[in-house]
Amino acid sequence: MLNSILFWVLSVVSIASAIGLITSKNAVYSVLLAVLNFFCIAGLYLSLQAEFLAITQIIVYAGAIMVLFLFVVMLLNLGNETPTAPKYHPAKGIAFILGLAFFAELVIAFRSFVNEGHQLAGQFDFGKVEPLGELLMRDYLFPFEMVSVVLLAALMGAMVIARKHN
Amino acid sequence: MDVTKDNLFMYLAVSAALFTIGCIGVLTRRNAIIVFMCIELMLNAVNLTLVTFSHLHNNATGSLFVFFVMVIAAAEAVVGLAIIIALFRNRQEVDINNVNIFKW
Repeated sequence: MLNSILFWVLSVVSIASAIGLITSKNAVYSVLLAVLNFFCIAGLYLSLQAEFLAITQIIVYAGAIMVLFLFVVMLLNLGNETPTAPKYHPAKGIAFILGLAFFAELVIAFRSFVNEGHQLAGQFDFGKVEPLGELLMRDYLFPFEMVSVVLLAALMGAMVIARKHN
Repeated sequence: MDVTKDNLFMYLAVSAALFTIGCIGVLTRRNAIIVFMCIELMLNAVNLTLVTFSHLHNNATGSLFVFFVMVIAAAEAVVGLAIIIALFRNRQEVDINNVNIFKW
């Protein structure tokens, strides 16, 4: 009971904050609504018993990545969008209709996925740090190491791209 | 914790809604930073789907994949924001409708 109340609150807040993100005129509000959205998704992970991912979501997404976004928005002073295009463009209506169709398609696909035969396992053993870490260090050691190379490449790429060229 | 099948379907529906909202945002907004945040939103929706299916099958691969998606998203955010800063330095704006030098 408590779980389902928690689920409804989190899902409604996350969808509302996502809609606020794409409709807000001010980029700073968009970033803050995105942080709220990521916190709600972390709560949904928690209710799915994926504790490690919930913590990682808060630290990496809501903490690091969104602070980086906020930093760039405030650094470049991108608060308000410059009105170069008309406010009501037919492309927006088309995007909305296509989005609704896409949503219906996804829901139908998920419905059949969930219904077709897969028995609910009943428990979830891989939410904690220990089993995930064991798997990461045993079966997925090579991808884990490769990801560090990707991070290093991204770090160096960002420095090269954002550098001032003389 | 009473997570039933219908309940799990609702998680998937929420992630579908978030993905769709992100998609609409990418298609309609012109501020490069907001488009970029919508991409992050879509990545998060997919992560939620992966965790839900991981829970449904009691399989760790989905959860581990979410971990890798997060790392790649962090790398992508760093490079993308560097590109936005370089763009702003050259043109004093980040409106993607006006950044079309690759368009013939």
